[in-house]
Amino acid sequence: MLRFIQVIKKEFIHLRRDPMALRLVIVAPIIQLIMFGYAATHDVRNVPVAVFDGDRSAESRQLIEEIEHSYYFHLIQTADDPRDIERRLQSGEAMIGVQIPRDFQRKIMRGTPAQIGLYVDGTDSNTSGVATAYMLGILRQGAASMQIRQARTEGRLRMAPPSVSVEPRVWYNIDLSSINFMVPGVFGLILLVLTVMLGGLSIVRERETGTLEQLLVTPLKIWELLLGKLVPFALVATLDASVIFLLALGWFHVVFRGSLTLLVAMALVFLVNNLGFGLLISTLSRTQQQAQLTAFLFIMPSVLLSGFFFPIANMPVPMQYVTYLIPLRYFLEIVRGIFLKGAGIGVLWPQMLALTAFAIAHFAAGIAAFRKRL
Amino acid sequence: MGVAVQVDGLVRKFGDFIAVNEVSFEVREGEIFGFLGPNGSGKSTTIRCLCGLLLPSAGTVAVHGLDVRRHAEEIRAQIGYMPQFFSLYSDLSARQNIEFYAAMYGVPRAGLQQRMGEVCERLELGPIMERPAGNLSTGWRQRLALATSILHRPPLVFLDEPTSGVDPITRRMFWEVIDDLAQDGTTVFVTTHVMDEAEHCTRLAMMHYGRLIAQGSPDEMRSRHAKNMVEVRTGKLWDTLAVLQASDAVVEAVVFGDAIHAECHAALTNPAQTVREVLRSARISVESVAAIQPTMEDVFVSLARRYGHPEHVAAGGDG
Ligand SMILES: Nc1ncnc2c1ncn2[C@@H]1O[C@H](COP(=O)(O)OP(=O)(O)O)[C@@H](O)[C@H]1O
Ligand SMILES: [Mg+2]
Repeated sequence: MLRFIQVIKKEFIHLRRDPMALRLVIVAPIIQLIMFGYAATHDVRNVPVAVFDGDRSAESRQLIEEIEHSYYFHLIQTADDPRDIERRLQSGEAMIGVQIPRDFQRKIMRGTPAQIGLYVDGTDSNTSGVATAYMLGILRQGAASMQIRQARTEGRLRMAPPSVSVEPRVWYNIDLSSINFMVPGVFGLILLVLTVMLGGLSIVRERETGTLEQLLVTPLKIWELLLGKLVPFALVATLDASVIFLLALGWFHVVFRGSLTLLVAMALVFLVNNLGFGLLISTLSRTQQQAQLTAFLFIMPSVLLSGFFFPIANMPVPMQYVTYLIPLRYFLEIVRGIFLKGAGIGVLWPQMLALTAFAIAHFAAGIAAFRKRL
Repeated sequence: MGVAVQVDGLVRKFGDFIAVNEVSFEVREGEIFGFLGPNGSGKSTTIRCLCGLLLPSAGTVAVHGLDVRRHAEEIRAQIGYMPQFFSLYSDLSARQNIEFYAAMYGVPRAGLQQRMGEVCERLELGPIMERPAGNLSTGWRQRLALATSILHRPPLVFLDEPTSGVDPITRRMFWEVIDDLAQDGTTVFVTTHVMDEAEHCTRLAMMHYGRLIAQGSPDEMRSRHAKNMVEVRTGKLWDTLAVLQASDAVVEAVVFGDAIHAECHAALTNPAQTVREVLRSARISVESVAAIQPTMEDVFVSLARRYGHPEHVAAGGDG
């Protein structure tokens, strides 16, 4: 039988017997997808809120109910001491604390401004910013409608109702569409991490355990060895990509407007790029740890500068130039273009060309660096 | 008989460190070539250069007439190699390892099962064939590695310390297998730091701090080096040793098991008699004093003393 097929078979035995690899290959991508899909979206849901009700009036209770019924907040046990709010914020039990003053009802009745204390844990500035805006909206609207109702009953309608200003940041949340933006990005990110890591371990793992010494004295050709080593990873990555794709559509209900064929083709190009790059790292490293660290050092800036989290247009101009060196950047533009806009070759060809060039260069460098020596 | 391996002026450096220094020798086809030397003397590095795993820093190496720098691929098809440290896949079973390497060497599937049966029976691998190689004890591992390296019937095999860490029975089995291989016309290049094993070899080369300090058949080595060897048995081992070391007639005296081996000056015609006289005049009673055939270890001790530390090593070997 063909020698490289035997190498492929051997690699699959390694994969099957190695719990670490199984985790990296099967469990990690799915967990990452779910984590990023939910946590990295800017949607705010079930933010824990601690409330101290100093008034205990019908009005204050109504306000608390509104918070509770909101889709965005989750009321944790109402505090009965104002200091309790601080404690809960500190421990992270609550992200937002609301303190309703003793004279809340009286002020609403009189139509004078009531001061509600709002405490926010700003550690996660993204979520807390959006959550604060929502909370402000609920509080202002709630208080305003109470005052209007009160004014009506007292026949003071000529009085201008207190303004109902809604914090503009509420509109920051692009709600479901942030999932549409994030999940295709996660697709690219997982492919990158998985294939660079696997490719990065391919050779150095055998070098470190010493098995390379026995393998290299055989007449196995370099191309047979590399094909045999990388094809299993390519297959595994393709499988992962399919699962992620199906989860994206079936679970996250991400829109998919473009061509599946184009997506598959570009995913394969991206895969070749990453495996080639991983191979290069693997060939130049002496230990697995060194290879993993090197891979990590390249993946980190890749993710940050690819436009995965922040739009490239928002980066300082010199940084924007650096992003041209990052293959993930092109792949994300391609994937998001295909998923969200249904873009085809007509629009995406510059990115495709760049990605293909990187793939060829990385793979060629990986092969060129490999020697059948110790 | 043709030449299997021709080495001329081989040098291999690691940075500034010279692991193999100007080594030249040849291995003839069909012989058992013993490559001796203590740990760190450059045996494994030399083997790796011969297999094409390391590039020589200088000098030439030809295997079956092919230069290792230019024809590494052709050479690889003609050799078997058993590394010093276990290098098979620990998560593959013994059988999977053997089959994998058989495939790497292109052993035809038709005869594979029969050939595997033959080799595994010879090395008595039956009981461990389905066990993961990583779970095997050193003795089993070495047997498995030997089986893997000879399964494809290479005309030349390199065995790097095949018997290190194995029990005496397995050790004997290994040397029987090596003898069988040589009977069938296979050239065997084997390293060891156990000098007694050298007796099994057709010819020997001795490494010392990266240099080749002697080569020849076991008998040649014994007659050329450490000629006048005298064994002294006595109840007062350490007193005797001190006296002998101080004596002008004795070049070197070392404790060897429960006796003393004293190498006497080559000019002495009856060294045993001389030693007896030396000890009598020092009033040391002995059980026996006898001229003996030097062991290979005696040869090595004698040579090592002569060549000393690398800074003092004179150029070249003497073989
Ligand atoms: N890859 C390497 N890098 C640096 N030094 C090495 C390397 N391989 C071997 N050496 C050194 O070269 C010397 C000879 O080693 P080796 O050939 O393994 O000796 P032997 O096999 O006779 O025990 C030793 O001092 C060893 O430390
Ligand atoms: Mg060695």
